[in-house]
Amino acid sequence: MLRAAVLLLALLLSACQAPWNDPYPAGTTGKNLLLRAFSAPPKHLDPVVSYSSNEWGIISQIYEPPLQYAYLKRPYALEPLTLTRMPKVRWLDAAGRPTTRERAVFSEYVLHLRDDIRYQPHPAFVAGNRHLPPEKIATLATPYDLPQQGSRSLKAQDYVYAIKRMGVRAYQSPVLDVLAERIIGLKDYSRKVTQDYEKWKASHADGGFFDLRPYTIDGVRAPDDHTLIIRLKGRYPQFLYWLSMNFFAPVPWEVDAFYSQPGMKEKNLTLDQWPVGTGPYMLVENNPNFRMRLARNPNYHWDTYPCEASADVPRTLLADCGRPMPLTDGVLYTLEKESVPYWNKFLQGYYDASGVSSDAFDQAVQLSSTGDIGLTPAMKERGIRFLGGVQPTIMYFGFNMLDPLVGGLDERHRKLRQAISIAVDMEEYIALFLNGRGVAAQGPIPPGIFGYRPPPEGIDPYVYELRDGQPRRKPLTVAKRLLAEAGYPGGIDPKTGRPLKIHFEAVGGSPDDKARLDWLRKQFARIGLELVIRATDYNRFQDKMRQGKGQLFMWGWNADYPDPENFLFLLYGKNGVVATGGNGVNYANYRNPEFDLLFERMQRMENGPRRLQIIRRMVALVQRDAPWIFGFYPRSLALYHRWVHNAWPNMMANNTTKYLRVTPQLRVESERAWNRPVRWALWLAAALVVLALVGAVRVYRRRQQERGRC
Amino acid sequence: MLNYLLRRLLYAVPILIGVNLITFALFFMVNTPDDMARIHLGAKQTTPEMIEAWKAAHGYDRPLFFNPDADGLGKVTDTLFFNESVRLFTFDFGLSDSGRDIGSDIRQRMWPSLALALPTFLMGLWVNITLALAVVLFRYSLVDRVALVAAVVLMSISGLFYIIGGQVLVSKMLHWVPISGYQPGADAWKFLILPVLIGVISGLGSGLRWYRTLFLEEVEKEYVRTARAKGLSPWQVMRRHVLPNGLLPILTGVVVVIPTLFMGSLVMESFFGIPGLGSYTIEAIQGQDFAIVRAMVFLGAVLYIVGLMLTDIAYAWADPRVRFH
Repeated sequence: MLRAAVLLLALLLSACQAPWNDPYPAGTTGKNLLLRAFSAPPKHLDPVVSYSSNEWGIISQIYEPPLQYAYLKRPYALEPLTLTRMPKVRWLDAAGRPTTRERAVFSEYVLHLRDDIRYQPHPAFVAGNRHLPPEKIATLATPYDLPQQGSRSLKAQDYVYAIKRMGVRAYQSPVLDVLAERIIGLKDYSRKVTQDYEKWKASHADGGFFDLRPYTIDGVRAPDDHTLIIRLKGRYPQFLYWLSMNFFAPVPWEVDAFYSQPGMKEKNLTLDQWPVGTGPYMLVENNPNFRMRLARNPNYHWDTYPCEASADVPRTLLADCGRPMPLTDGVLYTLEKESVPYWNKFLQGYYDASGVSSDAFDQAVQLSSTGDIGLTPAMKERGIRFLGGVQPTIMYFGFNMLDPLVGGLDERHRKLRQAISIAVDMEEYIALFLNGRGVAAQGPIPPGIFGYRPPPEGIDPYVYELRDGQPRRKPLTVAKRLLAEAGYPGGIDPKTGRPLKIHFEAVGGSPDDKARLDWLRKQFARIGLELVIRATDYNRFQDKMRQGKGQLFMWGWNADYPDPENFLFLLYGKNGVVATGGNGVNYANYRNPEFDLLFERMQRMENGPRRLQIIRRMVALVQRDAPWIFGFYPRSLALYHRWVHNAWPNMMANNTTKYLRVTPQLRVESERAWNRPVRWALWLAAALVVLALVGAVRVYRRRQQERGRC
Repeated sequence: MLNYLLRRLLYAVPILIGVNLITFALFFMVNTPDDMARIHLGAKQTTPEMIEAWKAAHGYDRPLFFNPDADGLGKVTDTLFFNESVRLFTFDFGLSDSGRDIGSDIRQRMWPSLALALPTFLMGLWVNITLALAVVLFRYSLVDRVALVAAVVLMSISGLFYIIGGQVLVSKMLHWVPISGYQPGADAWKFLILPVLIGVISGLGSGLRWYRTLFLEEVEKEYVRTARAKGLSPWQVMRRHVLPNGLLPILTGVVVVIPTLFMGSLVMESFFGIPGLGSYTIEAIQGQDFAIVRAMVFLGAVLYIVGLMLTDIAYAWADPRVRFH
């Protein structure tokens, strides 16, 4: 009895100590969990469909494709995840016989799977759960409401099944068309299975299991449970990067069968909502409107924290070398749509990490005289650390090379574009609109990608010059001279006698956009040109791009994989958006025969001196032709509390949660110290209310008495 | 009364068809299914095959209003408009563009919306009426003038200021309640207290002025003077006579709102991270999920019509002179 009373008292005291503004259920922050936020509900968690960073941030902790990026190695390097070793590539001739790399008509990737990998516990692995009565399904809120759950070993056939799912057009995999050009037989299989699926669907309106196991893809096979062979057309070294993406995550047929049961979809029980994988975590709560929770997968295979890192990585990050991962018991994601509450909850210690919005920039970050980013004293006092890095992304202004005014590869048009490239001061743009979070681009390849050359060697010699060893934008006099040589002295169009008009296709019309557009207009005015803004919505903008109607536009590209091919193909002639009827990604419609030839050679090569030489020539060509005003490479900035360990920016890897460690006790102590309720203000507020009431009553009574006297 | 209600229900059908037609035209003719597909598939290498597959998966591959390839009645029924509209009339909202069941989401999200909207509504009503009665009690005095100026000031401040200011003051500086978030069940109160308070305060200015005007009109009438002459105190007069007689115009503005409380508050839910129907609508607009937006517009129209009917019933209940015809 006494013990119970003491326990109750202790509980009450602990409740009193807990901050009043703690947004989590009692005791949550003291657990070995990562506390994170997501800003928009993820639309797809199905690995063959999902292709956005917020979705990958979640499913990459659950699914395991064959390869992953080494967490602490730079430049980015792949390593086995579910494989025993890196895939072996076999070169084959047209008859399928082994040949040399140079003569290869096909390349075959042989993947050997580990035999110690098992799936997370899930009801799909219990045979009885794949034939549930409708009334039972009607009672389910989550798959884990079913008491019986099972598991099984990962098999090579699961990867084959995932690729087969990718081939069903109705499943809407965004990479089907790209991979169908590479994987032997995928295109034919896709056509056949899609037709069969449509027929099947017509007679199964209520759903049911469309079994893909009887189908085969010529270029994809699993000779045994632990060997997967994928045959590709020609040489495609970038395929290894694809093998690190979730599109190649395994999907067991049992899971497909389980979720295909009639009635499951109406309960939001689908593979798109409840992923099943072999990864370090499993999704145990999925309310994308509110909260999502990952819990440690009890069946996770042996996976240890890395013991090797590149030279630029602090050695403290190797302190957990050899420790089994994941290092936390789970992750709690809370939907936080607005930046103000997100930022304040981070400052209160209720989120472990945060980005820095422009509203909070001055509060968090200060720029030194040299432009270096540092934390403000208030942040340092709380032990907050920041990690940043240049993202493998480029933002650029593109000229439509098909346009008679700004397009064309002749000297006159080229000089016009070079003049504009000089006039648009990207350093100023970065300072004004990005709070310094960007690096002015010198070419199409961002830092961290093979082929990138940092200044001073890698400067764009048509836009920049070296002063005191530093790249400086050329003066406007150079731009004006180029403009005169292009036939527009002083920016005047000789045909009209008025400033030359360039049309800019702009998307959006927010106040922020207006400031940017005003700034851009002024940049053109500096050399006597008139920029005409044509604001439009995103759909109309895309239409214009597809039809090649614009003159100048702004676009960006985020790397799918860290290979220069993924950026240079944005300028490859055969990818021209008009030439491909809207399917290409070369929105500038740039077509230079020499560049195209070099691209085709470079694309099939492994990284090495010869490839580097070709890439440098290609970059030099686009610097000269200036189909883009090379904008900037964005710089990411993330803040972490002192109780989060092992965080390190890896712009390519998405499965980084398993490496993170937290010290919950430190988090709890900090939260208590930072969130002590101001009690006196509460008493003051109550006193004011009482005073107001008493005052009102007294005034009322006095009025009554005065009237009575009258 | 039953005839009257039935008649009103029948009137509602053409109104809902009209609402449906307008929203359909807005969503499917101004913004074609091809445009929707491109938005959802993203800018990276979207092929015509992918667009067709997306449309087929969402049933958007049918003709809009007339299907020349279909036989008989199918020319009208096997169309996008018919399928999308008829389904709505049976409250089958279908799947969102991300594949979730909209009906299931609505059922789940209406409770947090109600948890926020109902206390805000009731408390706001009570505070507004009480303060308005008090101000009328002190009419034409300094208290009245101060209250009027304060009401104008409160009305002049942007709603976002109340929200952000409230979050900064109450949650960030005083650490009294969480700045945002939600927990279902008994723990919900600590997440709701601040938005409810802000909702009441932000509506106080306009509410106070409106109710003051109504009560002032009543207080000048002769029956009030009679009641006063009988010896009732001013407060008793207010409570027993002015308030019930001032209820009729209040009902006009209040009852119609009750059903729409289900729809939640767009801004409040978004800023406070409350997973209700208001934030559901905002998310759908931001994510261009037109299936959800259409469902919410339809639901809003239905609830508004229900609100108007309830207002008529409340009129008859509050004022015996009003009869159903």
